[in-house]
Amino acid sequence: MMASSYNAKEEDGHHSGSSTHGGTGAPKNKKPDNTAFKQQRLPAWQPILTAGTVLPAFFVIGLMFIPIGIGLYVTSNNIKEYEVDYTGVEPNSPCYDCANNFTWNSTTPCVCTVTFTLTQPFESNVYMYYGLSNFYQNHRRYVKSRDDSQLNGVQSSLTNPSKECEPYRTNPETKQPIAPCGAIANSLFNDTLELYYSQPDGNTSKVTLVKTGIAWYTDKHVKFRNPGNDKDNLTERFKGTAKPVNWLKPVYELDPSDSENNGFINEDFIVWMRTAALPTFRKLYRIIQKKPDSTPTLASGKYVLKITYNYPVRSFDGRKRMILSTISWMGGKNPFLGIAYITVGSICFFLGVVLLIIHHKYDTRSNSADIPN
Amino acid sequence: DREYNRSFKYATNAIKTSKYNFFTFLPLNLFEQFQRIANAYFLVLLVLQLIPEISSLSWFTTVVPLALVLTVTAAKDATDDINRHRSDNQVNNRKVEVLIDRKLRSEKWMDVQVGDIIKLENNQFVTADLLLLSSSEPLNLVYIETAELDGETNLKVKQALPVTGDLGDDIEKLADFNGEVRCEPPNNRLDRFNGTLAFAGQKYPLDNEKILLRGCTLRNTDWCFGLVLFGGQPGTKLMQNSGKSTFKRTSIDRLMNVLVLCIFGSLVFMCMILAIGNYIWEVKNGSNFTVFLQRKHSAGFSAFLTFWSYIIILNTVVPISLYVSVEIIRLGNSFYIDWDRKMYYSRSDTPAEARTTTLNEELGQIKYVFSDKTGTLTQNIMIFNKCSINGKSYGEIRRLTLKDPVDFSFNALADPRFVFYDHALVEAVKLENPEVHAFFRLLALCHTVMAEEKKEGELLYQAQSPDEGALVTAARNFGFVFRSRTPDSISIVEMGNQRSYELLAILDFNNVRKRMSVIVRSPEGKLSLYCKGADTIIYERLHQSCSKLMDVTTDHLNEFAGEGLRTLALAYKDLDEEYFSRWRERHHEASTSLEDKESKLDELYEEIEKDLLLLGATAIEDKLQDGVPQTIEQLAKADIKIWVLTGDKQETAENIGYSCNLLREEMKDIFIVSGHSPEDVRQELRNAQNSMKPDGAANSLLLTEEKSKNLIKDEEANGEYGLVINGHSLAYALESSMELEFLRTACLCKAVICCRVTPLQKAQVVELVKKYKKAVTLAIGDGANDVSMIKAAHIGVGISGQEGMQAVLSSDYSFAQFRFLQRLLLVHGRWSYLRMCKFLRYFFYKNFTFTFVHFWFAFFCGFSAQLGLEMSYWTAVNTFFVLGSLAMYFAVTFTMYSNGMFLIFPSAFPFIGTARNSLNQPNVWLTIILTSILCVLPVVTCRFLLIQLCPTINDKVRQARATPPPPPRRSRIRRTSSRRSGYAFSHAQGYGDLVTSGRFLRRPAVPRASGFPQVGRAATGFSPMGRSAGYSPTGRPQNLKVPDVEVTSLQMYRTFSDGDL
Repeated sequence: MMASSYNAKEEDGHHSGSSTHGGTGAPKNKKPDNTAFKQQRLPAWQPILTAGTVLPAFFVIGLMFIPIGIGLYVTSNNIKEYEVDYTGVEPNSPCYDCANNFTWNSTTPCVCTVTFTLTQPFESNVYMYYGLSNFYQNHRRYVKSRDDSQLNGVQSSLTNPSKECEPYRTNPETKQPIAPCGAIANSLFNDTLELYYSQPDGNTSKVTLVKTGIAWYTDKHVKFRNPGNDKDNLTERFKGTAKPVNWLKPVYELDPSDSENNGFINEDFIVWMRTAALPTFRKLYRIIQKKPDSTPTLASGKYVLKITYNYPVRSFDGRKRMILSTISWMGGKNPFLGIAYITVGSICFFLGVVLLIIHHKYDTRSNSADIPN
Repeated sequence: DREYNRSFKYATNAIKTSKYNFFTFLPLNLFEQFQRIANAYFLVLLVLQLIPEISSLSWFTTVVPLALVLTVTAAKDATDDINRHRSDNQVNNRKVEVLIDRKLRSEKWMDVQVGDIIKLENNQFVTADLLLLSSSEPLNLVYIETAELDGETNLKVKQALPVTGDLGDDIEKLADFNGEVRCEPPNNRLDRFNGTLAFAGQKYPLDNEKILLRGCTLRNTDWCFGLVLFGGQPGTKLMQNSGKSTFKRTSIDRLMNVLVLCIFGSLVFMCMILAIGNYIWEVKNGSNFTVFLQRKHSAGFSAFLTFWSYIIILNTVVPISLYVSVEIIRLGNSFYIDWDRKMYYSRSDTPAEARTTTLNEELGQIKYVFSDKTGTLTQNIMIFNKCSINGKSYGEIRRLTLKDPVDFSFNALADPRFVFYDHALVEAVKLENPEVHAFFRLLALCHTVMAEEKKEGELLYQAQSPDEGALVTAARNFGFVFRSRTPDSISIVEMGNQRSYELLAILDFNNVRKRMSVIVRSPEGKLSLYCKGADTIIYERLHQSCSKLMDVTTDHLNEFAGEGLRTLALAYKDLDEEYFSRWRERHHEASTSLEDKESKLDELYEEIEKDLLLLGATAIEDKLQDGVPQTIEQLAKADIKIWVLTGDKQETAENIGYSCNLLREEMKDIFIVSGHSPEDVRQELRNAQNSMKPDGAANSLLLTEEKSKNLIKDEEANGEYGLVINGHSLAYALESSMELEFLRTACLCKAVICCRVTPLQKAQVVELVKKYKKAVTLAIGDGANDVSMIKAAHIGVGISGQEGMQAVLSSDYSFAQFRFLQRLLLVHGRWSYLRMCKFLRYFFYKNFTFTFVHFWFAFFCGFSAQLGLEMSYWTAVNTFFVLGSLAMYFAVTFTMYSNGMFLIFPSAFPFIGTARNSLNQPNVWLTIILTSILCVLPVVTCRFLLIQLCPTINDKVRQARATPPPPPRRSRIRRTSSRRSGYAFSHAQGYGDLVTSGRFLRRPAVPRASGFPQVGRAATGFSPMGRSAGYSPTGRPQNLKVPDVEVTSLQMYRTFSDGDL
């Protein structure tokens, strides 16, 4: 559209000397081959910026981008999202005690509850995230501190993890190799979140949270595999390894309810192991399936979030959040993209108008330049 | 005596040009390669990456490209070296006969020792630098060809000392030869040798004339004996001269170096910032984050390590791989030059060749072209084009119709290469028109050409100038075949009949006389004088009776000259027997008189050459190469200034200047600077300047000012001018006091022609322009005398023609025809430059984007040197696919992200699934579209505005193309002053003296079956100096080694003979 076909031939000189003919002699002379590549005659394309191509392009882009932007913006606005910070920084917040009284080796878990109200019902599948702030999952030493071979179920790496995992490579006391080793695994997010709906009649009902399907297919089935023979007991397969220092339970007991979701292929673990790019991030925690009938997945009303508070973030000024969100075809809530599209579209349109005016003012000079060669 | 010489431990004659052997190859080659900054940089990066604390990238991102570059270079070096080994072996194992123990034994070249006496035979290469002892030829002469040394294919003469020459080929005597040579240590000067030979109690001085240098070839000499002076690698002058030529860099190279240094500085600066950031983060955040990430180092040490980590990560901003990529692009462009069919010359089957691959983009920046004339602009072939006989002009037809050329089959001895289109002339010859016959008889008799008849009927003329050759060849084809000559006779075949003319006198050519005459007695006994020469000179000596013919012929001459042809007038006169015998006596007297011989002879000549009868005039075309005027016109349009530097005479050069469009009739004025003193030259230059820039009065003040700045600004003259400067004036003009004045004048002119210049001056002129004009220069030439100029210019171009290979060998580009220069500069140069610029811009852009992402990301990841983007493919893409095409990007990405790769190396390729999962999201694609539009938008807007508001040259050119160019103006304005009689002016003193003296026939002629007197063999000794082509102009400084350029091999020969008699 905005181009003219461009051919190297046109740039050739005009001499018609004897060199153009005369290849009839000995077959093996030094005359270069007459191929399009060697003679630089390969078809090429070069945009030629003329008023006839540039101005329509600007208008078309403008007219295309503005509706796309509006569509994106509307879609994004239709997404419902609710966020609860349960870190417990303020003294009056429900989890203040849990946050302050945290010790690594307490046997009784500290539980706190946060109540919140959804003003609008959430339709379709609802995704439940946990979010952390000021958590440098992208620190180089942190990112490096893992052994992908071990996580892939390679037996030798299980018993002898990579040096990258230091200082979370072996248990300092028992000298047993840690499985899974490294700082990332060691810092696995281990708060347990449960959601209860306070029905208007005063009863509370537990919202069903699905814990599978939150990890990438490739991670679950290719990248992460349990070591050893599938027939053996998981406990047997992880024998001779120690649990990470910060963990309460060994890796093969991560999900007591589902034996298929244990070991390295535990989805919570897999999600955690995909490190976030920025210090403030959210990770998918659970999915709330939409109901078969037409009732909303999460009706509007009061909800209770029950937190088993295990994860300390106060020391580095971190924050913990729980996010509920629906998604659309274009993903989660993201008003920026829509706004950006609208802005760029408008600029295009505006520039188109400006250029049109300029073009008309300086019409005489450019006309002759437009003549194709 | 061999043992005695061996005791001095002189170098043996073995040569070794190879660099490595089997065992040293790897270490030496690697050492050399790591001396290149790019490789060393990669190595440092690799070492840094091996430190786990610092390493932020996987090792293979550096190793793979480094290994690749090293392997390719090593493979190339290895093949080069293997070839060198082979050629060394071949040379070292050549056999030569050495005199050992009083016997001649065949020895390998490498076993030859200094002090050995060796015997060389005809057509053998000279084994080492030898002192010539004796030879098979009289006067102990040997003939050698020095093509390998200086590229000249003509024969040169060397002569042994008489005292050693007496040894002859007597083995016993030679074995007893016991002399001592004291000489200067080995050096690289081909033209000088100093030494003495102490033999039998006497000392004899040795000079270059007695030395045979290694690399020469013995010709026309059955055998010769020589004493080895220098041998092998360190000694021989050939080896000393095969040094490396200086490495040429382009301006883009220099710019790139500066840029890279600046960028490196900014890299260090960025890394410092990030290291400081890391320190702050470690103190503020890191200390609190220890719950999940234990700390290993103090904040300070961590910052130090981070600095190095970021050096690795951000290394992409220092485009060291740029050098590799640039080299590859240049190589590609060079291949395109090699492959270009439009620069292929089918007649000699030579494609263009980019001998230096690193200068392509400089070709697009050429401002000044310095060109040689002969062989470069012209073909060095003279063609008999037109003639006027007895008031009738022939040859006009060629212009009008494309008729078949004249069929010369009636003449068995005709030269098949000769082409003539006017059938009327042949008819006239066949009708036995007496004037026409006289005309061609004159051409066949009045010359100093030597004929060589290798086979019956296959004549080869050795002419002293191509003009003469052309004239004699014309006569030959029209049935007046010059067959052979002896000192006192000339045999010609007139229309099939063999006739022998008695040659009584040759009144030879010189610059003052501008004519030559012969006096011959025909077989019938008629005495005649035939004269040819410059028309003005001849006209003064004509008999009154032909005044009418004079007028007609003058018209013709003007016409010929107007077309740029070189004209010559022919006249004859019959002599009275009595008068002639008297004249001959006086002539003899004069030529034997000791004092004032020249002027006495001149007087005599003057006396006899009068009352001539005009026969007609000839017009010879100094044939330009195809397309030269058009090429020069095109280059001039591109604002490229062309200076012609030639050894020719001023008039010849001017003539050519006109015919190749360099000088034009429309030009306001042509300044001719030919002063013989500094003051004259300065005045002439000043005058020229004043008329070109009448307002630039205070120029001398300006000049001194500019000189301090070492730069001269470009100025505009008030019209088109040309400048012609003579060699002797140029010598003054190039002095430091006047060079600026000269340069300023010259640069004001559209065209500059320097004539009678020496090779050294050529180089000086180039250097002068290079020094004061910040412009890129190109020198183009074909002969050994152009080598200095080719080497001095930014870019040297060699015409790979007939004349040796010396110019080509020292050039950067070579092709067969001058007109290819247009394509080389305007197409390849421009494209290379544009491509390189685009590439560089893209490269820097890409690197900066990529790197700044990491810089930006550092602020989010605690300055921990974590990568924000996946980078492993990066270096591979950089090296392999310079433009990193999208398809390649995805192919590489998906390969590296594939299950297979992960399963093979779980820890090296942990990216599995990333691409699939992220590219599934519409968000990603929407963002990609948005960003690409956003990136392109400002550029398109800017460019569009630029085109609209101020069109670039490109747009203007497009505009210009739409309108047809004006037809080239080649008016036929008469310019009688200089363009007439170009031949006469360009001609130098001929061989006449020698022809009559008969000395050149001293050597016994080999008897042949054919009845013709044979001079063929001797004639090869007369190879015209310099040019190997059959014809050659004279008076050209040919050999850049011989300071006295006027000495021809022939004259040298003569000197020897005279000295000996």
